[in-house]
Amino acid sequence: MLEIKNVYKTFNPGTVNEKRALQNLNLSVADGDFVTVIGGNGAGKSTMLNAITGALSVDYGTISIDGVDVTKLPEHKRAQYIGRVFQDPMMGTAATMQIEENLALAARRGKARTLRGGISKAEREGYREQLATLGLGLENRLTAKVGLLSGGQRQALTLLMATLQKPKLLLLDEHTAALDPKTAAKVLETTQRIVEENQLTTIMITHNMRDAITYGNRLIMMYDGHIVVDVSGEEKKKLTVEQLLNLFSQASGSDEVNDKLLLA
Amino acid sequence: MESFINALPGAVAQGLIWGVMAIGVFITFRLLDIADLSVDGSFCTGGAVCVMMILAGYDPAIAMFMAFLVGMLAGFATGFFHTVCGIPAILAGILTQLGLWSVNLAIMGMKANQYINVNNFELFVSLRYLQDVNAGVRPFYEHPIFVVGVFTVILILILYWFFGTELGASLRATGANQHMARAQGINTNVNVVLGLMISNGLVALSGALLSQYQSYADINMGRGAIVIGLAAIIIGEVIFSKVSGNFAVKLLSVSVGAIIYYIVVQGVITLLKIDTNYLKLITALIVAVFLTVPYWKGKYFHAKVTPALPEEEEVAEHA
Repeated sequence: MLEIKNVYKTFNPGTVNEKRALQNLNLSVADGDFVTVIGGNGAGKSTMLNAITGALSVDYGTISIDGVDVTKLPEHKRAQYIGRVFQDPMMGTAATMQIEENLALAARRGKARTLRGGISKAEREGYREQLATLGLGLENRLTAKVGLLSGGQRQALTLLMATLQKPKLLLLDEHTAALDPKTAAKVLETTQRIVEENQLTTIMITHNMRDAITYGNRLIMMYDGHIVVDVSGEEKKKLTVEQLLNLFSQASGSDEVNDKLLLA
Repeated sequence: MESFINALPGAVAQGLIWGVMAIGVFITFRLLDIADLSVDGSFCTGGAVCVMMILAGYDPAIAMFMAFLVGMLAGFATGFFHTVCGIPAILAGILTQLGLWSVNLAIMGMKANQYINVNNFELFVSLRYLQDVNAGVRPFYEHPIFVVGVFTVILILILYWFFGTELGASLRATGANQHMARAQGINTNVNVVLGLMISNGLVALSGALLSQYQSYADINMGRGAIVIGLAAIIIGEVIFSKVSGNFAVKLLSVSVGAIIYYIVVQGVITLLKIDTNYLKLITALIVAVFLTVPYWKGKYFHAKVTPALPEEEEVAEHA
């Protein structure tokens, strides 16, 4: 489904702030995989996601989705393949627009935007049903402005928007990091349900080791711009947080575990 | 007082005309979140194109339509500078505005102003017709307030329809949140250019109306237009703050804001007998005050604890 081959990305090349964010990154994700991604700050997790979405252009290498080389495609064109939920709850929705308007915009991802009316009656009913599955009472607030919603509600809505038009790839960039633990758990639960129901190929970045182990069928760890640990299937199911930390210190070639990673 | 009341219909008519421009400014300032300074130039462009075409014997309707198209071209220039050349929006607008100065002079045959003789042409709207209707020489439906009023209502209905379509909604999303818009497959650059084109087209259309109303186009006619537009938007928002957030009502409030602005201006001139030279200074100060109030309200007079839920609109604005 997703093929990343020999991808390199360097920020501010040739200056004192030079940062090699991705170095010879290779990743192949199969159809239906749910991959969790962990790694310390600056390991390149978000850069990888931004390279996939086209928010960043890469210096070298190719990225293809479902056999289509998207390396040169602009962000808005890649959007037809990709559903996204950002870390910042403010980023995934238009605050000054209504809930149903946001959903209608998402329902037309990858389609031409014409002079037809924005929302049909049938669509509205569909949105009501979909919103009801979130269990947040949003189905009765279709015309409320999204700016009125809490962070958790906005993330749940963004998740729904990302999957309303079934994406080939769902990208979650620490989408529960800005939420309180209870809300985060609920959004994760919803994520799991939506991914399973639609059998979505998913990549989820997280800082929470336990979540990385609990969710998904494959776990990758990034360090210094590439993947250093890649476990899946039974092996992943048996993983413990401790083992994961050991794996990390081995892979990064130091016995001193990154304290930021530990704290997370 | 009598002179003020006598001047009132003229003020309302002018307010309605400038209201069309203010609606254009609303599209960039409120929907796209861009302060587009090219309008100071494109307003005059509209007036110049309209007057020259009428003088060349074209029907005023065609002249106005051309003014709209040329205005869109001006908006395209700003959009091109901003999206393709990566120039900050404000600077892109200033560049277009400056360039348009020469373009406008060229359109008017290298003259600073061009006059239309009302006696020789049947215009869409004119100050003369206002006097004619009062004198009973013309039917009421040729009164500028009626003509521009109907024009504004039709314009608002068209815009209301457009911004409810898939394309219009994607344009609003572009202004609301570019990250979200791109993630939903919206080409934000194209939409920014489109928004600037529609906006400047309307501004030029307003210039075309004003040049007919006053029977001339002048190279300085658009100076300060952006500030008048902002004044109209803000006055409208203050007055309609308690009314529903319906989009058509918002557009209407901009038009009403422009009318109120012109009534106040007329009052200042006729009642306070202030030299008209100070009008721009007064306008600038009024707009500065209105822009300051919401900022200070949030910063210094923000309620620390609010037991009652704040109003819907307010929260949406602050998010």
